[in-house]
Formats: sequence, structure tokens, C-alpha cells
Amino acid sequence: MLAALSIEALGARFRDGSATPSAAARDYLARIEALDPKVRAFMTVTPDVALAQAAEADARFEAGAPRGSLDGVPIALKDVLCTRGIRTACGSKILERFVPPYDATVVRRLQEAGTVLLGKLNMDEFAMGSSTENSAFFTTRNPWDLGRVPGGSSGGSAAAVAADLAAATFGTDTGGSIRQPAAFCGNVGLKPTYGRVSRYGLVAFASSLDQIGPFTKTVADAALVLRVIAGADPMDSTAAVVPVPDYRAALAGGVAGLRIGIPREYFIDGMDPEVERAVRAAVDVLRGLGAKTEEVSLPHTEYGLAAYYLIGPAEASSNLARYDGVKYGLRLPGARDVIEMESRTRAAGFGREVKRRIMLGTYALSAGYYDAYYGQALRVRTLVARDFQTAFQTVDAIVAPTTPGVAFKIGEKEDPLQMYLNDVFTIPTSLAGLPGVSLPAGFTLAGLPIGLQVIGKAYDEATVLRVAHAYERATDWHARKPALS
Amino acid sequence: MSGPYETVIGLEVHAQLRTRTKMFCGCSTGFGAAPNTQTCPVCQGNPGSLPVINKRAIEFGIRTALALGCTVNLQNRFARKHYFYPDMPKNYQISQYEEPLAEHGTLEVAAGGAPRVIGIQRLHLEEDVGKLVHEGEFATARASHVDYNRAGVPLMEIVSKPDLRSPEEAGAYLRALRAIVVYLGVCDGNMEEGSLRCDANVSLRIAGSDVLGTKVEIKNLNSFRHVQHALEYEVKRQAQALDVGERLTQETRLWDPERGRTVAMRSKEFAHDYRYFPEPDLPPLDLAATEVERLRGDLPELPAAKRVRFVQAYGLSPHEAELLGQGRGLADYFEAAARESGKPKAVANWVLNELLRELPGDDDAAVAACPITPSRLAGLLALIDDGTISGKIAKDVFEKMFRSGEDARAIVGREGLTQVADTDTLAGVVDQVLAQHAKVVEDWRNGKKAALGFLVGQVMKSTQGKANPAVVNQLLGEKLPKV
Repeated sequence: MLAALSIEALGARFRDGSATPSAAARDYLARIEALDPKVRAFMTVTPDVALAQAAEADARFEAGAPRGSLDGVPIALKDVLCTRGIRTACGSKILERFVPPYDATVVRRLQEAGTVLLGKLNMDEFAMGSSTENSAFFTTRNPWDLGRVPGGSSGGSAAAVAADLAAATFGTDTGGSIRQPAAFCGNVGLKPTYGRVSRYGLVAFASSLDQIGPFTKTVADAALVLRVIAGADPMDSTAAVVPVPDYRAALAGGVAGLRIGIPREYFIDGMDPEVERAVRAAVDVLRGLGAKTEEVSLPHTEYGLAAYYLIGPAEASSNLARYDGVKYGLRLPGARDVIEMESRTRAAGFGREVKRRIMLGTYALSAGYYDAYYGQALRVRTLVARDFQTAFQTVDAIVAPTTPGVAFKIGEKEDPLQMYLNDVFTIPTSLAGLPGVSLPAGFTLAGLPIGLQVIGKAYDEATVLRVAHAYERATDWHARKPALS
Repeated sequence: MSGPYETVIGLEVHAQLRTRTKMFCGCSTGFGAAPNTQTCPVCQGNPGSLPVINKRAIEFGIRTALALGCTVNLQNRFARKHYFYPDMPKNYQISQYEEPLAEHGTLEVAAGGAPRVIGIQRLHLEEDVGKLVHEGEFATARASHVDYNRAGVPLMEIVSKPDLRSPEEAGAYLRALRAIVVYLGVCDGNMEEGSLRCDANVSLRIAGSDVLGTKVEIKNLNSFRHVQHALEYEVKRQAQALDVGERLTQETRLWDPERGRTVAMRSKEFAHDYRYFPEPDLPPLDLAATEVERLRGDLPELPAAKRVRFVQAYGLSPHEAELLGQGRGLADYFEAAARESGKPKAVANWVLNELLRELPGDDDAAVAACPITPSRLAGLLALIDDGTISGKIAKDVFEKMFRSGEDARAIVGREGLTQVADTDTLAGVVDQVLAQHAKVVEDWRNGKKAALGFLVGQVMKSTQGKANPAVVNQLLGEKLPKV
């Protein structure tokens, strides 16, 4: 079955002629049809686009001129990335009928690389959430246990790769929205350095934090994909002009001699003992491979969550102001004037979590409160970033749990504050703008995946991937598949 | 308490920058295109779109800042200013707040009395918003449409200190500022098309006090006349209110030019909390000091310096220098003609009295399109100078030059306009006039010396203005006593 293969293995089959992109696309489309009614990862399936793109890829392989490592590879996109002519609803009623007139830079780069688009994936509304329960449309299921959440906000993207409904998918991470669902669904989720990948065409949640990254079946696949989507973009002034290395080649070399830090503050009271055990075991594996491990301290970790829940909502309140019913998306009829139309449209179009954050952010930016809230949060953000800088003076990478627990049951966490705690280990990295990857590092007795997080210096995705790759090769967690039929 | 009051005025002037493309995207800034044809995902505020700074707009802002003697902040950044209005695509405007492009400048203005130096508080850049088009009257519109062509057009906001003391001074400040931005080529200064518009803050206080009174903001004034009239009205309104001990409210008012008064906007619209915060989609702007210095070196001679030079080098009156220095095109025209003819004073007269009457406007484009080139004007003046034509004939020739685009000598030759200075020919005409107007001659004899002028006029009339007035005067002087 082609759908089980990694990008690397699939590409090898395309090149030796034992499979074609069209066959792979058909295989994936059939699997989506059969299994997605259970998993509910897809918001929109695009079979026509997929088959047309696959046919073009077929021709390139037949002509002996494939474009590169992603040519013909079936992928799917979180519904937060703008796709020209294909609805991009962002998990929200307010954008339910929005069809972008343009492609996101990442989407364009993937098209140029020859990938085949299977469809758009479900997500928490405007990427706000940790469970995909905040999608305005439906909740995606965790392929390992359909009664549990896949994590969020890129839950659809994580679930799709875990269930072999795409060879790779793309999500966004603002405070952990790639790494946390990757941990919950047992696959590889990479959040690149802020500025590494263009955000042009990514529907903004919190502009200073949002970053696009891949979900893949292996670390090597993540390396291949990052190479294609990374790099400066004239359409995004915050996308840095920093050379993009050959990440696949950088995986060689192992971890022997690397210094790896274990943050003291990431093993907190109340975390799942099975998670802690698995992560400590993973550290032992790395040590066994020749890495030197040492404890490091990130003292401001405990304030990261609070700072994040001011900065994120503040920027969101601003970014979401444009959804007013005037230009696109939902508009509620029957209002007497424009203010009433905008108020009613926004009241009907946004879900509870989005409204909560808009109000929080509006308050935090208000005259008289700015310094006490937003300004203070920015100062904390600086301190959190400085913690990492200090730690990276003595270590090459940091290894930690991705989440304090594993996938929880749908509907289990009703208190938003309890929900926010899910991101406590991913948020500091986001605040500091650093790259991080989550990869499978074991399973609970109940059979739920556990994620291991590797964090690196800014723009040093190569080292992050190298550590992750070494661990992956020494273990076989990534080879396990959920039992779906 | 009642007057005398001191008027305190501060102006916020918005100048549209003459860039080819918008502030944060590549769309055209052209005026008058069909609605929404000059838009893209960025200036429409589409989900996922991101702004990219127009480098030319920054350069224009720096040039203006330097011309106004401002300190350019090498580190400056953009911020978001939030409010909900349907003409604003993102419901926030990208502007500059705490870290503007430039601060602390000055502008010298002269209104009636001695020149005064007005402080410039800050200069910053921002994007314009779109335009609402109502079907019918605003209040009862059946439908309203939004045109985003203007959304994202680069604006430069120049904020004065509250240093202006009268509506006339405010008008003079605005004119001086317009002259500078037009000189620099950063703004076309066209107030009808909204390229230059202004908000005025005005308050009154007891003369001599240094406490500011309650301030009223008058929004969106788009002509010199409106600025002056609105301020005059507002100063009077506030003085009358203060006279009867009324308390003024701090508010935003609009100028109603038809009724000639300011009216309060709804109170809702001025209870703003803009929730400014640094624009996260744009990195802070880091300017190189060497680049700023390069732009400083490139500055052209500015209106104030030009005025001084015109007075000193050409002997013009300050008023003439002011009028001629207003626009770069007119000033260059004047200088070219003055240089060629060597008669700057006469050139100034001709330009200010004749040329400006014929031209459709005094802007650079009108001057550039003028059919009478500086060198042709110099040619006309030479004909007056060497006595070929009289000043009066010259005015006719000037008009003909303007219509036909010919040079003066050609017109004078073809139409036989050459001045008659021949004493014999003119003596005959003088004799004839004296004979025909015996009554006037009688008056002259009885001491009514003004009668001479009439007789000169009659000679000129009979020669179709071609008689040399000096010769006519001389002949009359000789002949009259003998009659």
C-alpha cells in the first residue's frame, strides 16, 4: 500500500517506476474516502486537483525529469493556508464561504516542487485551541483512539498523517499547534524558527508567533519538506534572508559528542508519569548514542504561559478585526446600520474561544492597561528568550517532553485554563521564536502516543532534525500505526 | 472672564506621497480609476496578506523631514491604529505612533507681520483608507459601496506644534508647507483631489496665559479657503461662548462650507481608544545615517532660501519673491527669462501680471505647458527696450504670442505694430488733434493741466497706439503754448 510509505520511500518508487504519482494519489483518495468519515481530518477533499496534478507529475517522471524529492507526493494543508480557488475557512463560520484569490507562498512553493494536493484539513477556529474541538464545523478524532482529541490547533493535519491519509501535511504553530498534535497523534511535527518560512497567505492568528511547518511520518521527510518551503520571500518582510541548508544531508553524523540540555523546569508536578518516564528513557537513548546530556535551567518557563495568553490574544484581536462582513465571508442581513451589521456578523461568525481571546486582547491593548498587560508580557517574552540564549551557550540542543500529558477525551477539558496548560512546554519556544520538533518517543499502557520535543537555536533546524533523526533511527516508535479499518 | 483672547492653533497636514505604488503593496496610486481596479489581496486586507514597506515612500518622508529641519529617527517603526470603519480593509491602519520617522523641525511663515518660526512636532508615514460611495444622502442612503483604490496609498502626516496664532497664520503655514512638498516633488499638492488635506486643532485662552484652553478639532479641511474660514468661524464661536461664560467641550467638528459653520460630529466618534501596538508584520526600520546624509545633500533649494535670494539677487520686493517662489516651475521660468533678458524686475512684472492671468494655473504642469517660453518673453521685453513697440502694444503682442505660440518679432513684423517715433509724422497727428479739441486746449490754457493726458490719449488713439509716448509728450509740450 503506497499510503503507508514515507516521502523518501514513495519517491524511490516513483523513480524506479514501480509506482506512479497517479497511483499514489488514487490510493490516498480511496483511503480518505474509506477512513476519513471516522477520523474527520479533512475539511475539503480536492480529488480533481489531486488527479490533475498527479497526471502532470506522472508525465515528468515518464520524461525522466522529475522536479525533486517532493514531486508527485500527495500532501494536504491545514485550512489556514490560502489556496487560490479552493475554500479556506480557517475553522470558522465567518470564513465558511471564503475562496482566496491567491496562493500562500508555501502553497506556491509546494506546487512548484510538484506536490499533489489532496485537500484542506480541519483545525481549531483561527488556530485557537489545543484539541480541534474549537472547529466551527466538526471535531477531528485521534486515529489512535477515536474517542480522543488529536490535539490542536492543527489537529486535522496531525490526524491525517497518523492515519496515512496524506504523505505529509502542513500546519501552523503559534504556541505549540504543530508539536502538541504531533505528540498526541504519534508523528513528526516540526515548527521552524520564526522567520524561516514565509507567512504570506497564512491567515494570521498572532503575527509575531505564527509559523508554518510540516507533519511527516519520519524526521528525514521533515528535512526534505523544510528545504522546499523555507527561505526569504519578498512578500513577507519578517521572513529572514538566511541561507537554507540541505537538511537531509545534515541528518548524517549522529549525536555523538553533541551536548544536549534537559530543562529542569519541564518536569513539573502533575505531569503524566508515563510521559515523564518515556522522555527520561529517550534521554538515555540519546546518551547511549554518544550525546552528552546535562541539566539546564529555563527559569522563566512558568511565566511563559501567562505572557503568551496576553500577546497571542492581543495580536489576534487586531488580526481578526478585518472580519466584519463588509468585504468577504459571512454577513448577517437585516441590520439597520453598518455598526449593527458588523456587530451581528461578528457575534454570529466567531465561536466562543475566538471571542474570548478577542476580548482578552482588546482589553490588554486598551489605553491605561497596555503597560500592565501587553507591555509586561513583552518583557517576560524577552526574559524567556534570554533563558534559552543562556542555555544554548553550553548546549547544542534541548530535549524535553512535548506535552505534560497524552491525548485526552473529547469534551473532557471544559475549563479553558486547564486546556491552555497543554501548551506549557511548547509555548516558551514559540515566545523565543526557536525551532522545535516533536517526534514519537513511546506509548502509554493504553496505547496512546507520547511525544519527545527537541529544541534548537534560531535557524539551527539542522541540529534539531539531526538529534531527532538519530533518536528515530535508534527506536521504532515511528513505525507503529494506529489500528484503523 | 471675557477677552482679549489668544488663539492657539495646531495643524495636522496629510500629504499624499507621489509614489508610483502604494505604501505596502505594488498597486498603482493613480487617481480616478474605476472603483476597486487598483487593489490586491494586501491593500484589500485579505486574510493572510502581509504588508511590505515602499522604500520610495520612506525616502520621500526623509526628504521632507530634512527640508523641515527635523531629526530623522534612524530607528523607527510602524504600529497599528485600530478602529472599525467599513472603508478600512483591515479595521486597523498601519501608521507610526511612538517611533515616528522624524521629529522636532521648524517652518518659517510670514503672515502680515514679521516672519515667525512654527515648530514641527513630528512627521510620520501611514496608509490611506478607502472611500465610501453612498447611493443618495449619507443618512438615508439606500446602499453604500466601498472603493478600496485609495486604501494603502502612502500618506505623510506633518504635525505642527500649537504655535499658530491666527487663521491667517495657519493659512500661511499650510501654503509654505505645500510649497515645500511640491518643490521636493514628494506630493503634487492638489487639494481638490485630496493630495493635501488637514485637520486643525484650535483653542482660545486669555492673552498672556500659558494654560491651553479647551481644544476643538476640525477634521478634513481640503482647501486653503476652508482652513481659513473654518478657523475664523471657530475662533469667533469659541470667543462668544467664553464671553458668556459657557464651557466648551473638547470635540471633533466638521466644516460645512455651504452654511459657513462648523458642526459637531456625533459624540461616539471621538471616544476613541486606538489600541496602538507595534506592527508585528513589519520589522523595525533601520536607516543608515549615510543614506540620510546622502538625501540631505540631494535637497534642492527650498522656497524660503529662494525667496531671500530673489530679493537679493534680482532686487524683487519680498511680495514678488514670495509669489514667484511659490512653485518650482514658476521660479525656474522666472529665473530663465530674467537671465536671458537681464531685466529681472520687468520679467517679474510680466510673469505676475500677464502670464499668471493667461495660465490655467500656477502649478508646474501649467508653467511647463506655457506657449510663451522664457526666451520668447525675453524677446518681447527686448522689443520694448529698444523702442520697437510700446508697453501697451506689447500687451497685445503678448496675448497673441500666447494664442499662436509665435515669437514676438514675427507678430510685430506681420501686423505692422512697430512704434512710430518719427517727429514729422507725429507732428501732423498732434496738429490735427489740437485742432479737433479746441475746447480742451482752452481748458489747458485755463490751468487744467490734466487736459494734457486727454490729448496724449487722443494722439495714441489716432495712431492705434503705435505712437512713441515720449515723442508725443515732447511735441505737445512744444506746440501747446503756441496754440
